[in-house]
Amino acid sequence: MPHDGHHHEHDNEGSELSPLALRVKALESLLVEKGYVDPRALDVLIDTYETKIGPRNGARVVARAWTDPTFADWLTRDATAAIASLGYTGRQGEHMVALFNTPDTHNMIVCTLCSCYPWPVLGLPPVWYKSMPYRSRAVIEPREVLKEFGVTMPDEREVRVWDSTAEVRYLVIPERPTGTEGWSEDELAELVTRNAMIGTGVVTAPA
Amino acid sequence: MNGPHDMGGFTGFGPVLHEDDEPVWHDGWEPRAFALVLAMGMTGSWNIDEARHARERLPALQYWRSSYYEMRHYALILQMIELGLVTAMEEEKGRMAVPAKPVKRVAKAEMIPAILASGGPASRPSNRRQGFSIGDKIRTRTINPEGHTRLPRYARGKPGEIITVHGTHVFPDSNAHGHGEDPQWLYTVRFTAKDLWGKDTRDAVCIDLWEPYLEATS
Repeated sequence: MPHDGHHHEHDNEGSELSPLALRVKALESLLVEKGYVDPRALDVLIDTYETKIGPRNGARVVARAWTDPTFADWLTRDATAAIASLGYTGRQGEHMVALFNTPDTHNMIVCTLCSCYPWPVLGLPPVWYKSMPYRSRAVIEPREVLKEFGVTMPDEREVRVWDSTAEVRYLVIPERPTGTEGWSEDELAELVTRNAMIGTGVVTAPA
Repeated sequence: MNGPHDMGGFTGFGPVLHEDDEPVWHDGWEPRAFALVLAMGMTGSWNIDEARHARERLPALQYWRSSYYEMRHYALILQMIELGLVTAMEEEKGRMAVPAKPVKRVAKAEMIPAILASGGPASRPSNRRQGFSIGDKIRTRTINPEGHTRLPRYARGKPGEIITVHGTHVFPDSNAHGHGEDPQWLYTVRFTAKDLWGKDTRDAVCIDLWEPYLEATS
C-alpha cells in the first residue's frame, strides 16, 4: 500500500492497520464526534449488505420468471413493480429493467462511468465489476471479456451490452437450462449465479 | 468533463480478474468506508450527481490506482472539505477542531431500513415535450463539457436508434452543479458495434441518454 503522506495520532491498537485503514478509522471517529453519523447506523448499513441484500434476491426473481409466465410478462412490462412484489425495492433499484436472454441475444451489463448496479436484487457489486478492465473493455470487446469468464458466444448471437449511465438498473434474466423441466422454484433459484444475472455467465444444470 | 472515470473503450488495463465465491469485503476497513459514504450521503448535504462528480474530479492517477472503496473515501473527503463539514486539518488528525455545521438529517440506526427501502427515484414530472419516440434515428451530440455529463466519450457524435422511452428524469448535467433537477426526457439508445467501433459484428451497446444529448437525423 503506498504511503499516503499523512501522519495520524492513534491508539496503539492501530499498529497493525494499514495507513488507509487508519485513515478510515480516524474519519469515522471525526464524523461521529461532529455528530454527522450515528455509529450504530454504520453497523446497520454494513449488516444489511452483508447478510440481507445479495444475489440470492435476484435468483428468486429469475426462478419466478422461469416458472410463472404471468410474472415473466409483468417483469417485461414493469420490472420495478414485479420485483417489488417479491420484497426487493429501494436504493439503486428504483427504476428496474429486466433483460431476457434468448437464443438470438445475450445481454450483459456494465457501468463505464462509475459502478451502477442493481443493489436490491444483486447486493453490492463484485470487485471485477467495478474494476478498470471491466468498465473499459465490456463495451468495446464484450466477446473477449466473456471468454475470460469461460463463456463463448456464437457469432450469430448478438451480444448486447447495456451501459448503465442513468438511474435505470438492469437485471439479466438468463435462459433456463434444459434438463430442469419440473424443477421447483427453490431448486431453480439455487442454479442461478450472480454472473449470470450480470451477463458474464450462463446458467447450466448439473450433469 | 473528460475525466478518468470515462472508461469505455480504453484498452491496456489488463484482463478482468474475477474470483469465485467472492466475499462482500476484502479488508476490515472497506465496510466502514462504505458505510461512512452512505451515512454522509444521508445527511442530505449533496445529491447523487454531485457525489459522482466529486469522484470524477479526483486526480486521474489517484482515481485509476485506487481500489473502489478507497476512491469513494477520497471523494467523500473532497466533498466534506469543500462544503466545510470538516477541515483538512480535522481529517488529518481525526479530531474535531471547529464546530459541526448543521446538516439536514442524521440517519439513526432505526431509520436505515426505511431509507434504503424507499431509495431515491430519479423520475420527475415535467411539461417538456417528448422529442423522440421508439424507432427514431438520432445522432448524439459532439460535446466536451467542462462539468458533469453522462454522455460517455465513446458514444459522442454517433448514430443510434431510440428503443425505450423512460419518461422524464433528473438531468445530471444540471443537478451536479447546483442548477436544479431540470428533468429531461430519458431514452435508451441502441448503437451498433459497427457505428461505435467499426467492428463487423452484430453486437450492440445500449445507453441511457437524456434528450439534450441527442439530435434528430433525417
